Amino acid sequence: MSDADPDPALDAPDVVVDALGRLCPLPIIDLARRIGEVPVDGTVELLADDPAAAADVAAWCRLRGQQLLGTRDLPTGQAYLIRRTH
Amino acid sequence: MPAYLDHASTTPLHPAGRAALLAALDDGWADPARLYREGRRARMLLDAARETVAGVLGARADEVSFCSSGATAAHLAVLGTAAARRRAGDLVLVSAVEHSSVLHAAERHERAGGRTRTLDVDRHGRVDPASCVPPPGTALVSVQHANHEVGTIQPVAEVAEALHTAAGSRDASGPAGAGGSADRSSVDRSSVDRSSVDRVPLHTDAAMTVGRIPVDVTALGADLLTASAHKFGGPAGVGILVVRAGTRWTNPMPADEREAGRAAGFPNLPAIVAAAAALHARAGELAAERERLGALTAQLRARLPALVDDVELLGDPDPAGRLPNLVAFSCLYVAGEALLGELDRAGIAVSSGSSCTSDSLTPSHVLVAMGALSHGNVRVSLGRDSTAADLTALLDVLPGAVAAIRERAGAVGL
Repeated sequence: MSDADPDPALDAPDVVVDALGRLCPLPIIDLARRIGEVPVDGTVELLADDPAAAADVAAWCRLRGQQLLGTRDLPTGQAYLIRRTH
Repeated sequence: MPAYLDHASTTPLHPAGRAALLAALDDGWADPARLYREGRRARMLLDAARETVAGVLGARADEVSFCSSGATAAHLAVLGTAAARRRAGDLVLVSAVEHSSVLHAAERHERAGGRTRTLDVDRHGRVDPASCVPPPGTALVSVQHANHEVGTIQPVAEVAEALHTAAGSRDASGPAGAGGSADRSSVDRSSVDRSSVDRVPLHTDAAMTVGRIPVDVTALGADLLTASAHKFGGPAGVGILVVRAGTRWTNPMPADEREAGRAAGFPNLPAIVAAAAALHARAGELAAERERLGALTAQLRARLPALVDDVELLGDPDPAGRLPNLVAFSCLYVAGEALLGELDRAGIAVSSGSSCTSDSLTPSHVLVAMGALSHGNVRVSLGRDSTAADLTALLDVLPGAVAAIRERAGAVGL
């Protein structure tokens, strides 16, 4: 996934899911649990530092038809910005 | 009912290998480098084993050497070619889904000042031959014959063809196209490659295919091929290194007179004899087995999505593009370690590329390179004694195990 600048309007996600310190697949489960709180076309930001999260967030978005907008590095781990498409 | 379904990790000794091993422990204990009677006898056994392996793989006997493991063979292939072609270039191209032994060799090459570049793969883990066109300064391309985690068969012959074509076009462009590369030209002229131009050599790690599907090194067009005896029913401790005649290669390790200078140390002759006997026996079994195991794995792939929600089948959906004995899949929201534990309690042995099953807690580089779901990963691999009952045993347990783990994790209905 690229680190392309997301639309500034998306800078404040509708929901932030903090899964720092949680091992896979827990961050993905956390994300799946909370996606329902996000309005369609809204965004959720998942914070995770498990080494498998990068692969699994992308795979989850593909499997669930959601859109991974971008990834940015945190002091530890990454923040994944995801748009709820449906 | 217990079922061993991890034949891609290792498989029991083939009966022909076992018989040969026991006989060779008595007959083949002497030093094959010695000229007395016992030594000559050992030498004959070693030569016969080499002839047998060469015959099965479509190589010449003097192109085959034995070392201590498939990993060592891969190390020798990669580092030995890089060392011999230092003047031609310092770039090693490896696919992103190579076995760790190839990647570790490439890392060593890099630490020694060389360069390594990774060839991307598609969703099924397949290399695109068009991406294998080597830039100037490439010492070696290494592309496995089939992937060890998802079973996808790589287009090795097409990669070899791409390397031939690249060499041809470079040759056609001539010194002017090469732009003041007088040094390169002189290297090209002194090259002893089989082709007349400086074609970049190709190594293929065939540990997943030798003794499992027909493998002919000439048909593959590879210059170096490596394999591992314990993967096909030989004993542990025997690696096979094929270096085609005319390939520039030099032993990257201290060498002695053993194995034509390609692998040092006293050879494990009984194990080598057993490996050759197992491989020869396997060659006669492959056609029938491909059909039998291919039908079992096709059935497993067909049934899994109906039995387990949110399961992603991995590898090539086309049976012609994957190994007949391997099925890999990932279960969403499931920890691979927990799943392997549940299956193990039921006597089912499988393996996983999920991060929680590795010491490093990093997910499998193969699954990551494919963009596959890395958690909840399971690899089921069949061997010559696997039956439909083994898969029934797996499918009796798997759906319940996945459901129980999802329930414990609060991941039902997500």
